[in-house]
Amino acid sequence: MTPTHTPARPVYEHPWAVRLCHWTNAVAVTVLTLSGLKIFNAFPSFGSKIPERDLIEAVPQAITIGGWLGGALQWHFTFMWVFAAGGVVYVISQIVSGHYLTVVFTKRDIAGVWPMARHYFLFGPKPPATGQYNPLQKLAYSTAIGLGALLLLTGIVMYKPTQMSTLGLVVGGYHGARLVHFLSMCGLLAFVPGHLVMVALHGWDNFASMLTGWKRHPEYAPGQETR
Amino acid sequence: MNDPLHPRVTRRELLKLSPLLLLGGFAVPAWQERLLNAGVAWSDGASAALFRGGHRAPVFRDADVVPFERFPYNGYDVLEPAIDFDGWALSVGGAVKRAGRYSLDQIRALPKITQNTRHICVEGWDAIGRFGGASLRDFLDLVGADPRARFITVTCADDYYESLDMETARQPQSLLCYEMYDRPLDRGHGAPLRLQLPTKLGYKQAKYLLTMNVTDVLPGKKSYWGDQGYSWYGGL
Repeated sequence: MTPTHTPARPVYEHPWAVRLCHWTNAVAVTVLTLSGLKIFNAFPSFGSKIPERDLIEAVPQAITIGGWLGGALQWHFTFMWVFAAGGVVYVISQIVSGHYLTVVFTKRDIAGVWPMARHYFLFGPKPPATGQYNPLQKLAYSTAIGLGALLLLTGIVMYKPTQMSTLGLVVGGYHGARLVHFLSMCGLLAFVPGHLVMVALHGWDNFASMLTGWKRHPEYAPGQETR
Repeated sequence: MNDPLHPRVTRRELLKLSPLLLLGGFAVPAWQERLLNAGVAWSDGASAALFRGGHRAPVFRDADVVPFERFPYNGYDVLEPAIDFDGWALSVGGAVKRAGRYSLDQIRALPKITQNTRHICVEGWDAIGRFGGASLRDFLDLVGADPRARFITVTCADDYYESLDMETARQPQSLLCYEMYDRPLDRGHGAPLRLQLPTKLGYKQAKYLLTMNVTDVLPGKKSYWGDQGYSWYGGL
């Protein structure tokens, strides 16, 4: 007998490593962004020192940490390790467990992006749930993970432009790394508000799953996480 | 079937996130400074481990060098500290066979190296300049520095002071610099003699040198900016 409708059962949606890395990186990204803005404030430009054309008069103190350049660098040079460790552990655990299939945006997800965006932003009909993440989520998460990797890569090049000079060639040297690092940060920041709004809209059960791993009322049938 | 959402299960799953509490330590005012100092010390250790004495910093074509007028002056206090140029000599001491005062002529007599390298400031700006001087390694050999000594320290005419790991001091591009753009070093850039280190940030490249000491133990005052919270290592 094949059931035509399976009542949703609780699923263990987020493995431990994913949850831990999610929260350590939430902290790390916050600290790195706020300290990074203070560091940027010391030379808010991507051009030459003479003449200096600043992009901003001064980054408001309220959205920075560290107090001064040296203090901000201490936060940055400490939490870069947290960020790197969180990213590396996340990627390795996702690959080893095969869980990456739930989140990686692939060619077959392309068609589903627009219907999902229309549903969220233009109140269009809700497309039926497929896997653990819908195509728009996959696109957002895959992009955020890619930006995180780019931030790490360009950060390494900026931190060690001589020892890592060969790696630097990939991102246009010291200047290229500095610019790409900044733009990647902007991209990651653009992801955050949408992410938080979606979390708020989807309620406690969804939020709690990033704490305990378990989702009580998944919209997809068990075993369909990677669809 | 057991309820997977039994409170005992969810509690256990929550406890697995307890490593997060370690990050909470950074919010405790009494611990914050120590944790951050540990973070910077860890980064410095990793930087030193990553350093390869035989790996050269990128060098550039003459066309890539910024005009001299656009190479920034940067000082922490005065750009032209009082110096007796006629009587100037570098006083060398510590773990060396031939301690004493070394004149600019003696330093100039060493093989001259001229290089176009990128000067990077901790603030984030950089400028490619043309520098000339004696290899610091040659000078350390001239004074008979103990090859096993770990550090060199320098003091400056503007009361600035710095120290350097021996691996960097002996890197082939580390210079005792007395020329910029094929002219004698001008006062604002550190005349008569400065450190020029393509593998270090600008604040490590002390200007207006007066003394050099070879040692295994760093003094309490080890780095003007490092003592105030910048990375001591400052490597690139």
